[in-house]
Amino acid sequence: MTRLDLVIVGAGPAGLRAAVEAATGGLSVMLVDEGREPGGQIYRGSESGAFAGTAKLGSDYAAGAVLAAAFRASGVEALFGATVIQIEREADGSFSVSVATGHDKAVVVRARAVIAATGAQERPFPIDGWTLPGVMTAGAAQTMLKADGVVPDGPVVLAGTGPLLYLLAAQYGALGVAIDTLLDTAGPGNWRRALPHVAGFLTSRYAFKGLGLLGKALAATRIIRGVEAVSAIGDTRLSAVTYRKGATERTIPAHVLLLHHGVVPQINLTWSAGAQHRWNAARLAFEPVRDASGQTDVPGLFIAGDSGGIGGAQAAEAEGALAAFGVLRMLRGTAGDDDRIERQWRRRLAVSLRGRAFLDALYAPRQSHLCPPDEVIVCRCEEVTAGDIRKAVRRGAMGPNQVKAFTRAGMGPCQSRMCGLTTVAIIAEETGLSPGDIGHMRLRAPVKPVTVAQIASLSEADERRPTESPSATRPCK
Amino acid sequence: MFRRLVEPAGHVTVTIDGRPFSVAAGETLSTALLLAGFAGLRRSARLGRERGPFCGMGVCFDCLVTIDGAANRQACLVRVRDGMAVQTGTRLPALADTVPE
Amino acid sequence: MSPAPERSGNDCDVAVIGGGVVGLSLAYGLAKTGLAVTILDEGDIAHRASRGNFGLVWVQGKGLDNPDYARWSLASARAWPFFAAEIEAVTDTALSYEQRGGLMASLTEDDLDTRCNDLRRLHNRGRDCADFERLDAGGMKRLLPAIGPDVVGGTFCPHDGHVNALRLFNALHAAAASLGAIYRPNATVEAIDRLPDGFSITGAAGEIRAGKVVLAAGLGNARLGPMVGIHAPVRPQRGQILVTEKLAHFLDYPLGTIRQTDEGGVMIGDSKEEVGFDNGTRHDVLAGIAAKAIRIFPLLAQAQVVRSWGALRVMTPDGYPIYERSVTHPGAYLVTCHSGVTLAAVHASHVAGMIASGDWLPDLTPFAAGRFADVPSPG
Repeated sequence: MTRLDLVIVGAGPAGLRAAVEAATGGLSVMLVDEGREPGGQIYRGSESGAFAGTAKLGSDYAAGAVLAAAFRASGVEALFGATVIQIEREADGSFSVSVATGHDKAVVVRARAVIAATGAQERPFPIDGWTLPGVMTAGAAQTMLKADGVVPDGPVVLAGTGPLLYLLAAQYGALGVAIDTLLDTAGPGNWRRALPHVAGFLTSRYAFKGLGLLGKALAATRIIRGVEAVSAIGDTRLSAVTYRKGATERTIPAHVLLLHHGVVPQINLTWSAGAQHRWNAARLAFEPVRDASGQTDVPGLFIAGDSGGIGGAQAAEAEGALAAFGVLRMLRGTAGDDDRIERQWRRRLAVSLRGRAFLDALYAPRQSHLCPPDEVIVCRCEEVTAGDIRKAVRRGAMGPNQVKAFTRAGMGPCQSRMCGLTTVAIIAEETGLSPGDIGHMRLRAPVKPVTVAQIASLSEADERRPTESPSATRPCK
Repeated sequence: MFRRLVEPAGHVTVTIDGRPFSVAAGETLSTALLLAGFAGLRRSARLGRERGPFCGMGVCFDCLVTIDGAANRQACLVRVRDGMAVQTGTRLPALADTVPE
Repeated sequence: MSPAPERSGNDCDVAVIGGGVVGLSLAYGLAKTGLAVTILDEGDIAHRASRGNFGLVWVQGKGLDNPDYARWSLASARAWPFFAAEIEAVTDTALSYEQRGGLMASLTEDDLDTRCNDLRRLHNRGRDCADFERLDAGGMKRLLPAIGPDVVGGTFCPHDGHVNALRLFNALHAAAASLGAIYRPNATVEAIDRLPDGFSITGAAGEIRAGKVVLAAGLGNARLGPMVGIHAPVRPQRGQILVTEKLAHFLDYPLGTIRQTDEGGVMIGDSKEEVGFDNGTRHDVLAGIAAKAIRIFPLLAQAQVVRSWGALRVMTPDGYPIYERSVTHPGAYLVTCHSGVTLAAVHASHVAGMIASGDWLPDLTPFAAGRFADVPSPG
């Protein structure tokens, strides 16, 4: 039976670096990603995007092209345009990784270890009207910029909190794209809560970068702070945004509203694979429990990068390297010829995580935005409102799985990615329990929707190693 | 609603709801649809409300369209190809009956 | 917990242990007789068949070797329209219950012959056993236009139907509550002790005193039964289920393994596995289920699966229910079955009535726990 040493899921900075280091260490490696080329979300379009090979989106983004090139040079086999369905640990300790590879096709790849590097997603920011066309996330707008060089037009409003919101405003500013208003919804106590972490922040790269960001964004954009109760107005598409500042409610016209509420780990894959996860009260998110090399309590399952806890691209790359060394140690008994390199990555990780605690506190979302009013849709797929969820809790549903059974929240194609955290937050508010005690909805395979035909083909393809990629693995530019 | 900052290297033709559109070669389908003026791409299953691209990275499942006959595909994860046929406005897709007579 | 002091020192007349469809059907029926009912349930994480079941109200093929069970299932199916109407009226919830008949599809002539012979043998054993009809490929195609060419025929039973199982679960909660039943989650039971006028039930939620106690805890009944002198060696049997995205309506009738819900999703479930308490999913089993579904309805190949899950059936050694009243602990009852949805109608009426009155009618004697006296406890 053909068996790989390692399957890596995700082609962002963590997955790419893990692939490079694991291949250097002599492992047989396959990398799987949903995208069409290396980069993940943060380095999207590094090879063939609208700004590939330029410095127009900043030096951090340009680092993606270097890493993508290193990955291409590593010779690691890659399945792009492929979706992981399920990771199962077999009785012999190896993993079966079910992957949908194309039209009607799927394969099961056997590997001795798995590194999940599935990255982050934006924290849901459920407001009234957020399902209207014209309302998107800031991340979506940034992806359109990176991949296709496309920007919003007409009255544009940014709303929410988090570094990405300001980064996007700064990138737009640098490209001469007008943003009408930035509504900053960070709570008034955030500065006070962030202050104890200021020392770490001042020695971080964010301090320098952050000030630059703010300067650029401030210059081009009207920024309104202390904003609450943002809602999107429109009939079949967005026409205006309302918000409250102090006692005053205002309505401003908008064709595009870009929401952002920070980023959280994508946990569907690792949760469904059986890894233990824990609530991080500072980051308001569930995170997998990992050791220093990223290994979970499922032996052989490693997690690197933002899917293990938000640390940004540079931390992700360092964690990718450390996870690869962890796999090498597990399979070969040594982490390569020179553990000096591992120590260097560990130092780089520590440096790149500096300042995160300050940012987490500074940009923490408001409670009133985490737990929206009754009329707001929380589960976009099944169109379940916050009021529906509160009613279920009041009727005795004490946790997210029972709430799901009562309301269908979390049962749609997004598999609770858009409603899971809000559901837990509402249950916490209603019961007075901590989200850690409540837990998340059970996440199961398929990790993303796949066709019945793809699932059916898992039996024919079982134990077979794919020999051809479903799509071109070379840049098309 | 959206505009292009960078001129594309080339163009391809896709059909959207039966009408031909010239779009940038290799562009993300959801981007192409927004640039072509399609803000709402489908209707929600339960209430039948308009939905359009939201997360842009394959997690929200709101940009679902029919691509070359395959229903409910995520437009944000697909690049346009010459001759691609796209259908918008679906609420509950009907599966094509492939049963031979 | 608010005590009800007027009731002889007990907190309630009846404590129902188990908040699934079985427990809730009984609780609703008991509350309807005027009794004060408390439902003791586990927490959010539980082996809860009611959250994972298929939603069939089904008699076809039930009790092939046991006419008592066949009759019992048919009685419930016949009572279901009234039961559904009542629950809908009480709770203002649409259960989307339909009873237009159900089908089993055969992919080989042998399979079809065997099934027809089994059903005929059962039918010939007496009154009150389900009718059925053998259909050839053309007959199947008339009822199910989407059926594939691999299907050689099938059987149709007019008593079969289906219901939105989660809405039933939700509505039974609401129906019981509307009659004053108290629902207590996070109340896993650790001990049941006899008192002069009832039972003391202790556990995660403290102590509660009840005049009668009904064990309807699914797989938990194996552990709880001996506390009241009832041996109920139930074991888990896993079934894996796939559900698709919501699709335009194309299936007018449910099949035993494939049905389209009122909301549009297609449920596909076709496995019976002895894997203990593992309620996970396996790619090879799901692949087999998916492949067979495509042979029956080729158009399903392109449907997208949005979820899959494993659910644990509550199985007795012979597969039939246990209805038992304790000899050693008068006032204690045990109800266990793996068809909580089909049998909900008789649970809410007959069984609840018998527990309320204490008169154990002959309908239930074939299902006494004594038949498993020689079977060791699982685990």
